Formats: sequence, structure tokens, C-alpha cells
Amino acid sequence: MGAIVRAEQHPQVAERDEGQSQYLTFLLGGEMFAIPILNIKEIIEYGHMTTVPMMPAFVRGVINLRGSVVPVIDLAVRFGRAASDLTRRTCIVIIEIDSADGCQDIGVVVDTVNEVLEIPASEIEQAPSFGARIRADFISGMGKIEGKFVVIIAVDHVLAIDEMATLGQLGDTSPGMLAAT
Amino acid sequence: MSNTEFDQALQTFFMESRELLEAMEESLLGLESSPDDNDAINAIFRAAHTIKGSGGLFGLDGIVSFTHVVENVLDRVRGGHVQVNGELIALLLSCRDHIGMLVEQIAADPAARPDKELESVGNMLLAQLKSYQAGVTHPVCSTAPAASCTEILPQTGNTVESDMWHISLRFGQDVLRNGMDPLAFIRYLDNMGKIVHILTLPDAMPFALEMDPESCYLGFEIDFQGDGVDKAAIEEVFEFVREDCSIRILPPHSRIEEYTQLINELPENNIALGELLVNCGSLTRKELEQALYLQEALRSGSGTEAASKLGDILVEQGVVQPELIAAALGKQKVAKENKSQESKLIRIQADKLDQLINLVGEMVIAGAATSLIAQRTQDAALHEATSTLSRLVEEIRDSALQLRMVQIGETFSRFNRVVRDVSREISKDIGLDILGAETELDKSVVEKIGDPLMHLVRNSMDHGIETAEIRLQRGKPAKGTLRLNAYHESGSIVVEVGDDGGGLNRARIFAKALEKGLVTANQVLSDQEVYGLIFEAGFSTAEAVTNLSGRGVGMDVVRRNIEALRGTVQIDSVEGKGTTVKIRLPLTLAIIDGFLMSVGSSSYVVPLDMVMECIELNETERQETRDSNYINLRGTILPFIRLRDQFRERGKPARHENVVVVQYAGLRAGLVVDELMGEFQTVIKPLGKLFANLKGIGGSTILGSGEVALILDVPTLIQRAITLESRALN
Repeated sequence: MGAIVRAEQHPQVAERDEGQSQYLTFLLGGEMFAIPILNIKEIIEYGHMTTVPMMPAFVRGVINLRGSVVPVIDLAVRFGRAASDLTRRTCIVIIEIDSADGCQDIGVVVDTVNEVLEIPASEIEQAPSFGARIRADFISGMGKIEGKFVVIIAVDHVLAIDEMATLGQLGDTSPGMLAAT
Repeated sequence: MSNTEFDQALQTFFMESRELLEAMEESLLGLESSPDDNDAINAIFRAAHTIKGSGGLFGLDGIVSFTHVVENVLDRVRGGHVQVNGELIALLLSCRDHIGMLVEQIAADPAARPDKELESVGNMLLAQLKSYQAGVTHPVCSTAPAASCTEILPQTGNTVESDMWHISLRFGQDVLRNGMDPLAFIRYLDNMGKIVHILTLPDAMPFALEMDPESCYLGFEIDFQGDGVDKAAIEEVFEFVREDCSIRILPPHSRIEEYTQLINELPENNIALGELLVNCGSLTRKELEQALYLQEALRSGSGTEAASKLGDILVEQGVVQPELIAAALGKQKVAKENKSQESKLIRIQADKLDQLINLVGEMVIAGAATSLIAQRTQDAALHEATSTLSRLVEEIRDSALQLRMVQIGETFSRFNRVVRDVSREISKDIGLDILGAETELDKSVVEKIGDPLMHLVRNSMDHGIETAEIRLQRGKPAKGTLRLNAYHESGSIVVEVGDDGGGLNRARIFAKALEKGLVTANQVLSDQEVYGLIFEAGFSTAEAVTNLSGRGVGMDVVRRNIEALRGTVQIDSVEGKGTTVKIRLPLTLAIIDGFLMSVGSSSYVVPLDMVMECIELNETERQETRDSNYINLRGTILPFIRLRDQFRERGKPARHENVVVVQYAGLRAGLVVDELMGEFQTVIKPLGKLFANLKGIGGSTILGSGEVALILDVPTLIQRAITLESRALN
């Protein structure tokens, strides 16, 4: 038994070492962002979405992902911008979030996914204190790709379930906020 | 053992210990009413003994050392040296609790050191146990069996000279693994009398290479001298190993034939065995020769006698009393029944079962999708096939859900202890009546119903049931009765907590509610509504706050817990006669019958049992209700919620609108929707933490088309509508 566990662990450890510098880049409102690939479970086509009423605008709704119901977040709205328009290239990136009660999957709507890139740690700068037009705690760093800076998203903060759930409650108490949908 | 296996075994130990402790508690409580119940005493002893033994296997010294002392005391109880009384039972119950705490502590963190508090409790209990341990002995039982023992003695002919019992012991290989220590039995035997001779037989011992150190290979031949000890008493010593051991007991002055039989039956070489018997003094050389000769004779002929039942022969020969045989046969029967019952039950990991239920849920969804497609093709044969399939799926669903059903009796019987302890604490004489213990409900519901029940039971005992003086004044028996009842009622389960106490005082509750601003003075409320007020947060009419209740927390928690299970709670009360709290719960949490409807492009489900009727809003009614949110339903006012407005559904209003009339906890309301889509088997999928604060939506489900539909949480939806409206008006 012990041997099996060890055998399983090895490749995982190796993957982690490598994976730390691999990122998925995607476009959102014409701007490029990156997410560490370790958090990503899969990328699916934008399919049928069920809107959940009485939730803040950044919650697009829920989808049926092979039998489990997964909430989908509109990242653009979460960043305080206009909701993304649906195109043929609109995707949902399924991201696994570790929370106190175990793992949860969350979908994120993005305009286009680009590619998986390697960004060495030396090429990652600290987030600027302002100027990125995004809440500072949403940025885990600025990666340099071909001389341009790309925002690397702090997934844990952007998709903090507790915070989003609390926002949902606030949204419910002030109905005006909901009108945005 | 690898670590995983060890952990698994440890988990099994925890589970078993919990069960044993529960059995122990039950037996202890049983002893209160019938202190002479030997079965109960034995069961308690067995429980303690097994926990000690298994604990030893895992090296849980804390449990072993404590339980050992308890076991010693129990052993003395079993031996009749200590009388069972209320005090002892109370002490043993505390000991049981302490063992439970020790087990739970290790279960929570196997590496934990016993904390100070627990240790001091343990030491205190040990000190109390001491008085039962060695002190005064009460030779109550030792005289009676002596008389019966003498009956065996007058025997003529070929009896042996020895006046000692002869016991042949061959322990089974698994004795050590089962947590028994062979030596402990022999030591215990020594307490009853005197072991004159003991010979260890290592014959079964294999070569060192093949030997498994966890197996027991030893046998013993024991000569035992005990005054007034009878066969049953000796047998009882070995009660716990009887299953996997071979034990033969020969009374003093037994006939030589019996020794012959003994020698024959034992696996060791006959001659060598005979020598052994001579050596240990059970037989003289001459007797041995006689025995061996007899053995030959038996072998050559006279099969008839051997064929008749051993028991009969023994009785005939006056070796054993008929009662003993009857008792032994009875025991055998019980053991057999137990065994057959055991083999009927399979222990499965709960998550395996959950996985099965999940799969069945998927199958229901997939089946719905198939039916949908079949309907579109209009192929009659396909249609037929899918309808057969969906009927089967429905049956599988029901049987799978049935697997999760457990009887509520176990939960109920825990309250025996609670009622006993609490009634002592508040010095009221209260009995507990349990009805419908065999009623089954979903395991997850059973797990979550315990706490609310506890609150209600304590509340009833503290506030409901009056003191003995008041009860007598009111012409009721001094002893109060608490009643736990469970039964099925139209697709849901009702659990009742009832008492024959003073009942609720309507006026007082109303006054209190007025004071708290929960109602207005001129509000007209039904009795039920008034009683329901006690579930409001911070509500308590008890003048005195006691240790148990009266602080006004609790009742609102009870309601919240029950509503979290999609249940309702209702109170019936007659002043002076008593109060009954009725908890109504859904049969299962995984799959429900739902009613599907749509608003705009979204589909919604309400639990079918909440739906009273559906009516169409005609054009004039739609005109009339443009500004108000109620309709005239056959002369009564029915307030309704327009889901389209409530959910801010965009898009054009539908051409037709329907009202779904729902009823919940006596409250009736309408939900205005676009389209009615009929009944739907709803596999409930939780929505996750992101939607934890969302009011009005309770979960989700997947439709045959693969789309997600939301399940409406009617009570909170109505609550939300009330809040929004009152806010808009202010």
C-alpha cells in the first residue's frame, strides 16, 4: 500500500516543480491575463447557462458540468468592467478552488484562451500598487512576456467564495445593484 | 500491518467501541429496572472486556488501564460479590461515559496525550470504583449451587478417585487476535477456587518458521478444586472464548468412561494424553488403563449408545442436571440466531453508499433525457422501451434510497439516558415512552435530528412537566411521562416529542411576544401561530433560567435545524394536559418529487408535496392584479409572488400566466409563473457555498435536456417577499 502511495506522489511532485512557472494566458476585453495552470481543471465551450436570480452581476449563473452543477463567474464584471460579450470564442475555464470545506470547482468566462506559457520566476515582477485598474489583491504578480506585462491573477482572491457569497447577500439587500444584469 | 491497514483497523475499533458503549448503556439502564438481569450484566461485562481487549491490541494504554478496573468491578458483579444498586449503576454509567470520552479523544487525534481534565475525571472514577473492587465480599451465590453440585456426587462404579474438576482447554488460534488473553481466564478461574495442577500442552505448536506470533497454539489441562463451584460457573468463566475454543469440563468423581471420551476427543495422541492426566493427578494409573480398555470396547461395538444424544446420556448418567442441558441448548439457539442475523447484515462504508445514490441520481437524469428523445422520435417501440426503462430506474431509485434508511430507534434510545440523568438533575420523576422506534428515515436526517430532539426533550422535561406536588394537585400521577413517537404520514416522517405536563400558556406567550414586539396587540392569531412564536429567537417564557433551558436560545435553533432539513415543526398543546411538538421531515434529502415550471427562459422546481393546486390567471385577473399581489381564490384572499418580478427576469411577459398555490407550515401563497411543466423526479444537487446566502433558492437539479433548473425554497422566498414589501412601504 505504502509503495502505491509513493508511486503516485512522485510524478505529482515533479509536476508541481515544473508547473510553477506555467501559465495559461487569455484575453478579457482585449487585455491579456494569466492564470497558473495548476489551478485549471479544464476549458470548455460556453454552453447553456442557467441564470441564478438575486445574485450579484458577476455571477453569470450555473452550468451542468457532467452532472455536477458548477457556478460561473464573469471575470470582467468581477474586475469592475462591463460584462463580456458572447462570441464564438468565448470559453469557460473551470478552476479548482481549495476552500475550508474541500475543493470546489468554479467556472470563469473569458473572451479567448491563448496558450500555455512558461514564465520563469525571474520574469515576474511585483504588482504595482495602482495603475492596473484592478484591485491590487487580485494581482499576484506581473509576468513579462515578449517585453509586455501580463497580469497574473491571484485566483484565491479573485474567486474567494466567502467574499463573493457575502457580496451576494449585500446585493440582495440593495435591489438596485441587481439591475445591472 | 501497513499503516493504512492499521488505521482502518483502528477505525473499526472506534466504531465497535461506540456500538459496544451504546449497548453497555442500554444494558445499564435496563439493570435499573431489573437489577438481577444476568444477561444484562454479562452484556456489560462483555462490552467492557472487548473494549479493553481491542484497546490492548492497539496499545491504547489509557483505555486499557481504566477499562481494566471497570471490568474487574463488573466481574465481581457477575460473580455475585457486589450487589447491583442505583449508586453502582450511576457510577458505571459515568465510567461508560469516561471510556467513551477516552475513545473519542483518541479517535480525534490518535497521538494526543490524555488531557488533565479527562485524567482527573478518570482518577476520581477509579477512586470510587475502588470501594467495589476488593473490599467486602458478599458470598451470596456460593451456597446455592453447592447443593446442586452434590447431586452429581453420589455415583457408584467406575468413578475416578480424584475430587477435582478436570478442565481440558484448547484455545483457538484466533484467541489472541480477538483480544482475549488465555492467561486471564485461568487467572480468573483461580479466583473461584484453587488450580491444583496445570499442564501446558505445546503439541500444536508448529516449527518456529511457520509459527505466527499472533496465534495461540497452547492447550491446558487443569485440575481445579473449588468449593461449591458448579459446572455452569466454570463454563461461564470461559464464556467469551467458547466460540473458538474447545473446552471440556469433567466434574469431580466423574466416570472413567467420560475420561475415555475426553481422551478420544482431544486432538493429541491418546497415550500421551493419558500419561498427562496421570501426571497431573486427575487419574490414577489404574484408572487410565481402565479408560483405555473401555475406549477399545467402544470402538469395537455398541454404536447405539454412542448414537443417542450426548446430552441425554449425560443426564441419564446423572452427570449433569437436565436444567443445565436446557440452558445450554437455549444458549446455543440464541447464539445461532445471533449468528444468522449477523450474516444478514453487511457493513458498508457510508461514502460507497452515497456514491451509489449519486450514480442512481445520474441515471434518473440520463433516463429522463432518453425519454425526452424517445418522445421526439415518435417511434412507438422506442417509446415502449424507454417507459419500461424509466419504470425500472424508478424502482432502482427507491431501493437505493431504501439502503440509506435507518431506524430511528437508535436515536430514540439514547434519550433513555438523557431522561434518566436530567430527571435526577432537576429531581422530577419522569419516564420515557418510545413508540415507532422501527420507523425508518434517511441516515443523514437521523444524524441531524439528534440535536433538535435533545433541545425539545430537555425543554419538555424542564418546562413542560410539572413538579410532583403540582402534578398531584392537578390530579395527575406524580410520575411525568415523556413520549417520543415516529411514524410515516403521506410521504413524510413525523417525529413527535410529547409530554403530559402543564401545556403552553397561550396568554403568556402572547403577552411575551407583545413585549418583544413580535406581534401587535390587535393581531388575530390561531393557537398554532401563537405556539409557533416560541420558536422565535430570544423567546422564553420561563420565569427562571435553569441550567437546562430557559435562555431562549435553542428553540429558534431547533426550528432552523429542522428547516435546514426541509422539515417543519408544529406544536399542539392543551393547557394542563400537555404539549406535543411535531416535527415533519422529508423522507429523503437526495431525490424528491418536484413540480416543474418556467419563468421566461428559466425552469424552477418546487417540492410536489407543497403544491396544492394550479390555476390559470385569466385576462381580467391579470388586469386586476397589475398593482396588487393577491387574488380571490374561491372567496379567500391568496397573496402571491410574481416570480418574474421577484427574479428580475428580463424579456417579454408571457402570454399566459399561472398561479401555483403552495402551502407550507399552514401558510398559503401563490407563485405566479409562465408555464406549468408538470411533475418531475428531482435529484437534488447542492448549489455550493457561493450561494449560501441566497434566499429563496434551495438547490438545483438537472433536467432531462441537460439544463440546470433551480429548486425554490418556498419559505425563505415568501419571507424575502415580505421583507422586501415592508421595506418598500417604509
